[in-house]
Amino acid sequence: MSSTSSSQMVQLVADKHVRYILMAEKKKESFESVVMDHLRMNGAYWGLTTLDLLDKLGCVSEEEVISWLMTCQHESGGFAGNTGHDPHILYTLSAVQILALFDKINILDIGKVSSYVAKLQNEDGSFSGDMWGEIDTRFSYIAICCLSILKCLDKINVEKAVKYIVSCKNLDGGFGCTPGAESHAGQIFCCVGALAITGSLHHVDKDSLGWWLCERQLKAGGLNGRPEKLADVCYSWWVLSSLIMIDRVHWIDKAKLVKFILDCQDLDNGGISDRPEDAVDIFHTYFGVAGLSLLEYPGVKVIDPAYALPVDVVNRIIFTK
Amino acid sequence: MNFDETVPLSQRLEWSDVVPLTQDDGPNPVVPIAYKEEFRETMDYFRAIYFSDERSPRALRLTEETLLLNSGNYTVWHFRRLVLEALNHDLFEELEFIERIAEDNSKNYQLWHHRRWVAEKLGPDVAGRELEFTRRVLSLDAKHYHAWSHRQWTLRALGGWEDELDYCHELLEADVFNNSAWNQRYYVITQSPLLGGLEAMRESEVSYTIKAILTNPANESSWRYLKALYKDDKESWISDPSVSSVCLNVLSRTDCFHGFALSTLLDLLCDGLRPTNEHKDSVRALANEEPETNLANLVCTILGRVDPIRANYWAWRKSKITVAAI
Repeated sequence: MSSTSSSQMVQLVADKHVRYILMAEKKKESFESVVMDHLRMNGAYWGLTTLDLLDKLGCVSEEEVISWLMTCQHESGGFAGNTGHDPHILYTLSAVQILALFDKINILDIGKVSSYVAKLQNEDGSFSGDMWGEIDTRFSYIAICCLSILKCLDKINVEKAVKYIVSCKNLDGGFGCTPGAESHAGQIFCCVGALAITGSLHHVDKDSLGWWLCERQLKAGGLNGRPEKLADVCYSWWVLSSLIMIDRVHWIDKAKLVKFILDCQDLDNGGISDRPEDAVDIFHTYFGVAGLSLLEYPGVKVIDPAYALPVDVVNRIIFTK
Repeated sequence: MNFDETVPLSQRLEWSDVVPLTQDDGPNPVVPIAYKEEFRETMDYFRAIYFSDERSPRALRLTEETLLLNSGNYTVWHFRRLVLEALNHDLFEELEFIERIAEDNSKNYQLWHHRRWVAEKLGPDVAGRELEFTRRVLSLDAKHYHAWSHRQWTLRALGGWEDELDYCHELLEADVFNNSAWNQRYYVITQSPLLGGLEAMRESEVSYTIKAILTNPANESSWRYLKALYKDDKESWISDPSVSSVCLNVLSRTDCFHGFALSTLLDLLCDGLRPTNEHKDSVRALANEEPETNLANLVCTILGRVDPIRANYWAWRKSKITVAAI
C-alpha cells in the first residue's frame, strides 16, 4: 500500500474502489473471505451501496444479485446472511436495502417480511435480533428503518419503541446498547436514526450530544467512537450521520476529516481501511465513501443519514405508493 | 473432547454415512467468497447435519469444530443451542467451551449472546463465574464493549454487586482514561442495591473524581463523570466549592491541557455561578490580549484557541451566552 507525501493533495480514487469491490472476493486463502460467509448479505449491501454512491451500480448484474438474495429468504419472511443460514433482523434490513437500490421492493411479499420484523418487538418496546432473543438498540434501528422502507411502521408499537430507546440515553446525551451501557457512536447512530425516522428527535439533547460527538474528532482529523479510543474510518459514518441528523455537523472540522478518510485509501489496489496504513476491507470502504458523501465530496452521490441509502433511492421510496 | 483435527472429515470413519452438502451460490455469485479448503469441507458437513436436523453428540462436536474455524457464524451457534437442549448437555462444560473460543476471538456478538443464554439457564450460582470471565476478558482489553455489556447484565440478573466499585477503582488505577470504567462506576452508584443511590454517594464520588482529575486534567471521562454526579441538580453543581476550585487549580497549572477545565467553568458560569476575582484572574492569565469583559465570552475565545479543531462549537457556545457576567 503506498503512502502519499504531505505535499500532494490525495484524491478519492473512485475507479480503484469500484474495481476492488467487484474483485474483492477472489482471494482464496484470505481469512476475511472465510469469515464473511454468514454475513454475505451485509457485505453485499456495503459493496452495492458504495457502487451506487459512485454511480457504478450498473456494473453488477441486478438479476444475479436478486436471484441470490431471494434464496436467503425464509418461510418466516426474514432473510438470512446467506443461502442456508437462519434468518435474522440484520440481514433482513440489508436485503430490503439492496432491493431498494434496485427499485425492486415490489418483488417482496411485504406483509410477510414486515410481520417477521414486527414480531421481534418485545413487551418493553425493545427489539430482539431473532428468535433467540438478543436485545440491542441496533435492532431497534434496524426494525424501524426496515419497516419504514416497507411503509409498515404501523405494525409495531412505535411509542414503546421510542420509549425503550430513550431509556438507553445517558447523561452525556449519548446512547448505549441497553439502559446504562456506555455511550458509543455506533449505538448513537442507531438510536438517533430510529428517532429521526419516527419523528422523535425532540427526545435527543442535541446540544449535549452534539458536543459529545464533536469531541470524537482527534488532532489528525479522524473520529473515534468513545473517549480515548483510536480513530477509525467507520466512525466517519456513525458520528457524522448522527451530527447531521441533529443539525450539528458544523461542529467538526470537515476538511481534516476528509483528509483522514482519503489517507485511509489503498491508492494502488483500491479499498479503504480503518486507519492509514492498515489492510482494507469492504466494510471500511463503504463507511469511508459514505462519510465522504456526507462531507459533500465531489463525485459521490448524496446519502441519506438515517436510511443509509442514496437520497435518490429514499426519495423514490417516499414518493411511491 | 478428542478428535483428530488434522484428518479431513471425509476421511473420518465416524462421518462416513453423511453426504456433505455444498453451498449453492447460484451461477455467478455476486459476492462470491473464496474458501479455504478445510473451512469449505467443515461447512459442507455442517450443512448436512443442519438440514437433516441431526441433534446428536457428533453434531455437537462438529459445531465445535466449525466454530473454532469461524466463531462468527450465527447459524452454527443457533444449531448448537438446539443440540445442547436436545442432549441436555452439561452447561458448565459449555461455559468452558465458550471461554476456549473467546481466547481466539472475543469480539463477536454471537459468542456473548450464547454465553448469556447459558448463564441465564444456570442462574445466580454462576454470578461469580461470569464476573470472573468478564474480568479476564477486560484484563486483555479494558474497554471491551461486549464484556462490559455482559458484566452489567450479570450484575442486574444474577447479582454480585459487592466488589464492583472496587473493581472500577482497580481499572481506573491502571488507566484513569478508561471511559468504560467510569461508565461502570456510574452504573454501580446508581443501580447497586447495596449503595444509597446517586445523592448519597455524591460527596465521596466528587472527592474521588477530583483526585483523578488532578492526576490527569486532560481526561474527558473524569470531567464528564464529575458533572454527571450532579445530574439535574444545577444548584448543587454551581454551589459546590470543590467543583469550581478544581477548575481553578487546573487553570493555574502550566503543564497541562486546560480545555476541560475551561469548558467546565463555562458550564458553571452559564448555569449561574457568580465568578469571583480568583476566577477572573485565573482566566485572564490565559488570555492573549483578547479584549473581553464578559468572562464567559473570554472563556469561549480561549477555548477556540486551545481546542481549535472544535472552533465552530466554541463560537456557537459564545453566541449562546446570555449571562451578564462581569
